[in-house]
Amino acid sequence: MADYKYTKDHECVFVDGQDVWVGISSYAREALGDLVYVELPEVGKSVSQGDDIAVIESVKTAAEVYAPVAGEVIAVNEAMPDDLDLIAKPVEQGGWIVKLKVADSGALDALMNSAAYEAYLKEVD
Amino acid sequence: MSAERQVAFDAEKEKVMPENRGLHYEENLLWEKEHSEHPGVDLPDAVGLPLRTGLAARGEIGLPQLSEPQVVRHFVRMSTWNYSIDHGFFPLGSCTMKHNPRLNEKVARFAGFAQVHPLQPESSVQGALRVQYELQNWLAELTGLPGVCLTPSAGAHGELAGMMTIARAHALNGQDKRKIVLAPDSSHGTNPATAVMCGYSVRNIPTKETGRLTLEAFKAALYETDPEGADVAGMMVTNPNTCGLFEREIVEIADLLHKAGGYFYCDGANFNALVGKVRPADFGVDVMHINLHKTFSTPHGGGGPGSGPICCSEELAKYMPVPTVVQNEQGYALEWSEDRPESLGALKAYQGQFGMHVRALAYMMSHGADGLRQVSEDAVLNANYILSQLAGDYHVPFAGPCMHECLLTDKKQKDAGVSTLDIAKALIEHGYHPMTVYFPLVLPGTMLIEPTETESKDSLDRFIETMKGIAREATDGESEALHAYPLSTPRRRLDEVKAARQPVLKWAD
Repeated sequence: MADYKYTKDHECVFVDGQDVWVGISSYAREALGDLVYVELPEVGKSVSQGDDIAVIESVKTAAEVYAPVAGEVIAVNEAMPDDLDLIAKPVEQGGWIVKLKVADSGALDALMNSAAYEAYLKEVD
Repeated sequence: MSAERQVAFDAEKEKVMPENRGLHYEENLLWEKEHSEHPGVDLPDAVGLPLRTGLAARGEIGLPQLSEPQVVRHFVRMSTWNYSIDHGFFPLGSCTMKHNPRLNEKVARFAGFAQVHPLQPESSVQGALRVQYELQNWLAELTGLPGVCLTPSAGAHGELAGMMTIARAHALNGQDKRKIVLAPDSSHGTNPATAVMCGYSVRNIPTKETGRLTLEAFKAALYETDPEGADVAGMMVTNPNTCGLFEREIVEIADLLHKAGGYFYCDGANFNALVGKVRPADFGVDVMHINLHKTFSTPHGGGGPGSGPICCSEELAKYMPVPTVVQNEQGYALEWSEDRPESLGALKAYQGQFGMHVRALAYMMSHGADGLRQVSEDAVLNANYILSQLAGDYHVPFAGPCMHECLLTDKKQKDAGVSTLDIAKALIEHGYHPMTVYFPLVLPGTMLIEPTETESKDSLDRFIETMKGIAREATDGESEALHAYPLSTPRRRLDEVKAARQPVLKWAD
């Protein structure tokens, strides 16, 4: 089982040492519906926790993706804008949007694990 | 057109334009019509005349040669594809699609209004200036905000004017370190967009729990980065909000904001619920825009230009844009920047959408103060009637009573695989323009229904019956049909994903 972390804003994070792959949870994917557009940030950008790092647009709405932790954008999923169905894949297998180099890996502990996120979803629904 | 080209067009037509239905006409582009040898105007060929524009004769530009009846039919047929408040019920929440009284139109066509020019000497347009002066006074009276600028030409333009007024006040009072604007997460998208246009960053106030702003959530946002809220420039709030609910703690919230030195911008999109009942100044508003094309019945949605005057408190009035109309010994006059040195200046040429000012004033004067109050009451009553009748069939996220619009979601239909989009498409099948869907964003699958005072009880009952029927279809295992609607329209359900991902923006190569 891959080690995923989640935010209250439904970002899904795959932790890979000092780097994290940031995508969105399947709950968020379902809520958004079919995507029509993804706007990616520039590589090299420094972000604080909660900063906008990407914009996802679906037929229903536009939503921001927020940085789950502070860090630096070290890669963006260039393939995503041309193949929006990639969002349905697991984060580390093509469903990622942004890869961050984490400034302080301790910050990751504050994110929810899968069980906590499941419980959170029950609470918000 | 060459023969091959014609064949290609016909084949294309077969594919995308299958048939006329009843008296519902398909219509091709003017360029696709067979070129008639009978153009509407018969001009002699310009043989032998010197060419005055450009030195070389240019190529054929292929303008279609059509007679006047062909052109008239083309545009009239296309106009039948439109749906407007003149066709039927138009419950588009937050947009206030109310009837545009024909009396307004009649008055706006008086020669003295329709044929004046903004550059005429003021002495020759005293009547027109008086209309604007009177409108300013009506708006000041109804909002409790004495400074009125009629120039902004749309709601969002009014928002920009209002927030620029706040920014101007802060700049001239040494408060430019204030960089944050607070806005609830249910706000219209134009609110945060406007704040950002004015150089602010936006801080969201969550409202998801109750659909309303709470003092607690507001305080948390106000003091988040400064214990005195000294980095907050202001707040943008729609009241009633986009869930159709009146903000009950707004007076206390506005007090705290003012104590922190911020200004309260009110988005006037939903003012039609309050006219004659509540003056926004009394719940702490410093500046707001008014959508004449919503609240005061001037046409919108393709029917005419919008108009978004702003109303300001005494304190902010000197900073608002110019011009404004004043009354002096000579009669009525416009004041520009030289008369109002602290004003942020002119937003656009001239005085705004004058024709809309005439219509709005005609609406106000024909209803009178008591009539305007009843308009608000009827709009609120109609929305509550719909809410109460549909509460058993659809999920009501925030208990009523509501104000002028009611909020439902697709939660009850979700298990049957039926979404808000399906419900909206089914309404089209039944001859209704859908309500606002997937807005506000605070909850999934929202449907925002605003009947306005325009609809009779019969018309509301028919709509309610249709909505109940759709809910029954969803739960009776008829969800397949609901995925297919609309069926009776010239175009079936469109592939919205493909249209957004791969838009075809050219008519032909």
